[in-house]
Amino acid sequence: MEELNALFGGFAVALSAYHILLMVIGITLGVIIGVLPGLGGANGVAILLPLTFTMPPTSAIILLTSIYWGALFGGAITSILFNIPGEPWSVATTFDGHPMAQNGKADEALVGAFTSSFIGAIFAVALITFLAPVVAKFALKFGPAEFFAVQFLTFASFIGMGRGSAMKTVASMCLGFALASVGLDNVTGTLRMTFGQDELLNGFKFLVAVIGLFGIGEILSSMEDGLKFNGATAKLRMDAVIRTWKQLPRMWMTFIRSCIVGCWMGITPGGATPASFMGYGIAKRLSKRGDNFGKGELEGVVAPETAAHAAGTAALLPMLTLGIPGSPTAAVLLGGLLIWGLQPGPLLFVEQKDFVWGLIASMYLGNVVGLIMVLTCVPLFAAILRVPFSIIAPAIVFVCAIGAYTVNNAMFDVWMMLVFGIMGYLFNKLRYPLPPLVLALVLGDQAESSFRQAMLVSQGNVGIFWSNWLCGGIMTLGVVMAFWPALQALRNKFAGNGAVARAA
Amino acid sequence: MSSNEEAEGRPLVSYRTLDIAVTFFFLIVCAIVTVDSVRLGIAWKPNEGPMPGLFPFYMVLAMGIASLFNLWRALPQSEEGSETAVTSVGLGRMAAIFVPAVIFVLATNYIGIYVSATIYIGAFMIFFGKFPIWKAAAVSLGIAIVNFMMFEVWFLVPLPKGPLEAALGY
Repeated sequence: MEELNALFGGFAVALSAYHILLMVIGITLGVIIGVLPGLGGANGVAILLPLTFTMPPTSAIILLTSIYWGALFGGAITSILFNIPGEPWSVATTFDGHPMAQNGKADEALVGAFTSSFIGAIFAVALITFLAPVVAKFALKFGPAEFFAVQFLTFASFIGMGRGSAMKTVASMCLGFALASVGLDNVTGTLRMTFGQDELLNGFKFLVAVIGLFGIGEILSSMEDGLKFNGATAKLRMDAVIRTWKQLPRMWMTFIRSCIVGCWMGITPGGATPASFMGYGIAKRLSKRGDNFGKGELEGVVAPETAAHAAGTAALLPMLTLGIPGSPTAAVLLGGLLIWGLQPGPLLFVEQKDFVWGLIASMYLGNVVGLIMVLTCVPLFAAILRVPFSIIAPAIVFVCAIGAYTVNNAMFDVWMMLVFGIMGYLFNKLRYPLPPLVLALVLGDQAESSFRQAMLVSQGNVGIFWSNWLCGGIMTLGVVMAFWPALQALRNKFAGNGAVARAA
Repeated sequence: MSSNEEAEGRPLVSYRTLDIAVTFFFLIVCAIVTVDSVRLGIAWKPNEGPMPGLFPFYMVLAMGIASLFNLWRALPQSEEGSETAVTSVGLGRMAAIFVPAVIFVLATNYIGIYVSATIYIGAFMIFFGKFPIWKAAAVSLGIAIVNFMMFEVWFLVPLPKGPLEAALGY
């Protein structure tokens, strides 16, 4: 029960008027970010990161995680009312959410979405509360070989569990590693890939990449589509809340399934987006009312929203315990921790107890505050979409430029942001996944140095990664993950050939 | 957008062309990194371990192989590949936000980020959003002033400033 005591200590930290105020501000900003196309959780947090440099780390992370919760909530609003997913993870919410709105049940869909988001998040936070200290204690024994194994598994999971082309995932991920290697090599101190350019000495900052890829890239896509908002108006009365909550208990199986899928996808960095699709898919296949999915079924809103939030929250578990973020937004938060002088990883639980438990307690509180806020303020947030896009678009570019500049106080980064913006647009269009690129850019240096240290220890013998059962197990799982699509393709080919042979 | 072709604009680039172009971008990056990795050394150095070029070299090797595979997949004519990826109208709208953004960033060097953002937002509202000038001026000034207060005054994060801010004492 050590965890519970620590958690109550955390509540004492998080439950101050100042921190509650930060949560309210953070969630408001987050919902706005989530509602506006072109501003996502990851780059919203990245842009606002410089504002927190002067705050104490605990307050800063409470503000930033609240923005994250807000963005997770906000994505659902536009999906349901306008059929425009504000965030990639709310695409699956549009399948049933928007039909519900067209049937005049927008209020029920919104309440259902918010409530299930809340349940997914709380489930994942509870998981973090009890699992994180165990994982951290375990990870204290990790050497470079084990760390590389975990990092390897992280990246291999992208290949194994990604949707779409595995080769595009590999290309995008390796581009991230290549970009991460630019600048000063922190093992030998030599300059790499700078070609004599002073601007490249510091390498590519992943915050700039996040702002460009997600922010500017998204604006370009939105402009291309010629955004027009014409959606249902939301009138949320309190009886809708009661009405919806009465329907929810019979979907308990869907909740449990989506929570598990979400937590799994969040911890292994599948992320919230595939989690939401998987949650929806599983519910559609297993639910008694599966045939009604797509026509406006409340369960079809509940399933993806629960999974997306469970995944979004669970992504913070590996970030805190191992220093390996499970999603781009978690990666940005990790960047923040480093800037505040906190080294994420197992030692955080030993050295910065107050910070860790304050953060975990704020996850509970933040989600409660968030649920209350979104339930009461939906019409207000939906009104944001009435602001014409011709004001929003340049304003977002302006805010992105500020965010990119403040990373390093360099105009060069603002130019890089524009370049990354074009890349983000093209990659999105051609279905190159962006999260592997961002995570490789964040973890590239770490993964490389743990690899090189492990190699030094073993004098170049790759066998070190299989020298004990833990490391070997993780590595083997990683290798299976990495070659999973290839294995599947082979199996399909043989199965296909067999069928052809029989037909002939 | 209405569904007829005139409103959507001429098709400019197909998915196939775009896909091929992006694989070439990957291959070029691959070539650049390989050249520098080889210069840094991709072998094992006794007592020092892998040389600095080793890790990036194998990373871009994997990237190169993956890109060649993607190229091979993108090359054959297919129904999916010949679909239009970008139309003239779409490109025009993207240029409407992006080209001024480039000018905005360039201008930041000379007149500071606040003034150039005011002009950028205002001009975009007038020319793209068809707002009356007074509305555009009010909104863009408002956004710039709010950001100025937030960054320069409350949170003390310095951003690029120009002659106007200097004249005001910042």
